[in-house]
Amino acid sequence: MNLAAQINSIFAALVLLTAFGMLVQRRMNGLIHLFAWQGLFLSASTAIVGYFASVHHLFVSSALTLGLKVVLLPYILHVLIRKLKIEKEVETIVNIPMTMLFGIALVIFCYHLTAPVRELSTLMTRSTLAVALATVMLGLLMMITRRHAVTQIIGFLAMENGLFFAATSATYGMPLVVELGVALDILIAAFIFGIFFFHIHETFDSLNVEKMARLKEED
Amino acid sequence: MDLSVGEYAVGASTMLLILLLAPFGSAIILAFVGDRKLAPELNIIGSAATFGAGVGLALEVYFRGPMLAGGKFFFVDAFNVYLAVLTSFVSMTTAVFSRRYMRREREHGRVGHLGMRFYHAMFQLFIFAMLLCLLTNNVGILWIAMELATLSTVLLVSLYRTPSAIEAAWKYFILCGVGIAQALFGTVLLYFAAEKVLGEGGEALLWTNLAGVGDKLEPTILSLAFVFLMVGYGTKVGLVPIHHWLPDAHSEGPTPISAVLSGLLLNIALYALVRCKVLVDVSTGSHHAGSIMMGFGLLSIIVASFSLLRQKDIKRMFAYSSIEHMGIATFAFGLGGSVATYGALLHMLMHSLTKSSIFFTVGHAAQMHGTQEMDRIRGLIKGNPLVGWGMIFGVMAIVGLPPFGIFTSEFLILTATIKDAPYLTPLLLLGLGIAFAALVRRVQPMVAGPRPSYQVGMKPAHVPVILLMTLVLVLGLYMPQFLSAWFDKAVGLLR
Repeated sequence: MNLAAQINSIFAALVLLTAFGMLVQRRMNGLIHLFAWQGLFLSASTAIVGYFASVHHLFVSSALTLGLKVVLLPYILHVLIRKLKIEKEVETIVNIPMTMLFGIALVIFCYHLTAPVRELSTLMTRSTLAVALATVMLGLLMMITRRHAVTQIIGFLAMENGLFFAATSATYGMPLVVELGVALDILIAAFIFGIFFFHIHETFDSLNVEKMARLKEED
Repeated sequence: MDLSVGEYAVGASTMLLILLLAPFGSAIILAFVGDRKLAPELNIIGSAATFGAGVGLALEVYFRGPMLAGGKFFFVDAFNVYLAVLTSFVSMTTAVFSRRYMRREREHGRVGHLGMRFYHAMFQLFIFAMLLCLLTNNVGILWIAMELATLSTVLLVSLYRTPSAIEAAWKYFILCGVGIAQALFGTVLLYFAAEKVLGEGGEALLWTNLAGVGDKLEPTILSLAFVFLMVGYGTKVGLVPIHHWLPDAHSEGPTPISAVLSGLLLNIALYALVRCKVLVDVSTGSHHAGSIMMGFGLLSIIVASFSLLRQKDIKRMFAYSSIEHMGIATFAFGLGGSVATYGALLHMLMHSLTKSSIFFTVGHAAQMHGTQEMDRIRGLIKGNPLVGWGMIFGVMAIVGLPPFGIFTSEFLILTATIKDAPYLTPLLLLGLGIAFAALVRRVQPMVAGPRPSYQVGMKPAHVPVILLMTLVLVLGLYMPQFLSAWFDKAVGLLR
């Protein structure tokens, strides 16, 4: 394994670490910081791959990640939670050890799932695809286990981070037009969940989505 | 027009440009017009222009064959142009329906000033996103447009701002977001496989390029990719067990939105899935992808038909009926072969026309009674013959009674099933039978009987209901030569 691949692996490990951190972080502020750190590691990893593999459009992707996921989205989230006065809110999470263990099982499963890609790929980033898929899955797990609207959105954005990482690992990034489009979609989504937080807060007087239980199948 | 790549004519198509610009332009104009008096009429004009362009494009493709446009960015063949015409047609009838429907909602104070501005602009943006899904040549752009279609309707579902509407919209946003994320991972894997054959750059994600090299793509990767694509786009099709957003979103949003979600958006997601399936089948040389689709389809038919039995909300019930019908189409596409594929294409068309017409009558029925609860909706024929009879004919069509069009498509699909997978026929028939019983049992007391005291009169939108039901009836009795030839071409593409 050469130097570039090793540096990239370190960053992949850091991305995974932040994903696990988010899984069990209870404070809103801490959660947003972790999300920003994940974006930063992702951006750095993308730039390094771009440099060593001399794929120049990855620099654009890296800058895009930096601007969107490290600066803009965390800023929007901070403003939102300050306006909604929930910065200090502490969410109760049940059964942290079980969630962690399940997360570890997911990572192993992801390594197994991406084995055929690893065998076929010749890129230096091929070993990080499993980490990318694991980040997606951990984001999904976070959305399932947590009951707070803001947390669910951060889980959703962490999934998006994983997907972006997957594209870099498997193919040195999707074509630029696609990546720009995805970034645009995320921006629109940010606008929408911003509105949503206020609607939910206004209607249910809390951002705990467990209060939303009207639409169940009745027997 | 003489240049050609493979079987595709290359050129700039004005019709295609108008088809995409009309809804996009209308969205911008309507965002400025807002709640003024002319907004509903402008909405209709915009949709009519879109439909006109759709027909124009279909004629071009019909006479000249499939084509590439905008520097390979767009492509049009028999399959996607048929869905583009259907999309623009149903959106036009919905725009006509929504004029009277939304005016009444506005008068009753369910929607505010800002709400109406938002409603019109987002309706057109939604149509634009769906047309972009259909016409783009790029698998990545398809994903982006699909996400845009979700995002543009999320806040329409929560338009009434009631607690249940907000809950439904949140569920829709989160579940479809999660689902579609899986589809993006599938797309990344597809790109990984394609890049090896087609080289780096955007060219490797073009449908027209992928179609030519299907057999060279790595089968293991494509099988893996298809699992993710199936879960992702399957969520949007509303297939069981990833359908939970659908009944909520359909029942809580404004009725015109229920009509376009059910009649159009589900079709578009199925379109994406079918395109992927064709590619994966060529690569693996097996029936792997088809079998997965058959499984999901059959499960949807069975679960949805049983769920139909226990519904109390009228829009929720028809939402489950949509799951059932998308299940039938998915099953038929999965089954493959020319008869089943022809049946599935016809079924998508018939279901769109019928279901949007049903939602129009349902919307008026709910407005007449001030509730969506079926126990309180009574005496529709006496109250308003158009709404009552419209619902009767709509339900007769949707359960698959002759002479309506769905009978033809379901008959074709059943025939193909008996031939290719006879052991599945009883399950399919069971689902259809239960759905039949559930719908007829529920609808009969609503339409017959005397008017209840709380029923209020209203002026329904005649034109869309009559137009759609006539089409369903006529196409059930007589299939024009050109339409049949058109479907045959589309079937040829999907084999």
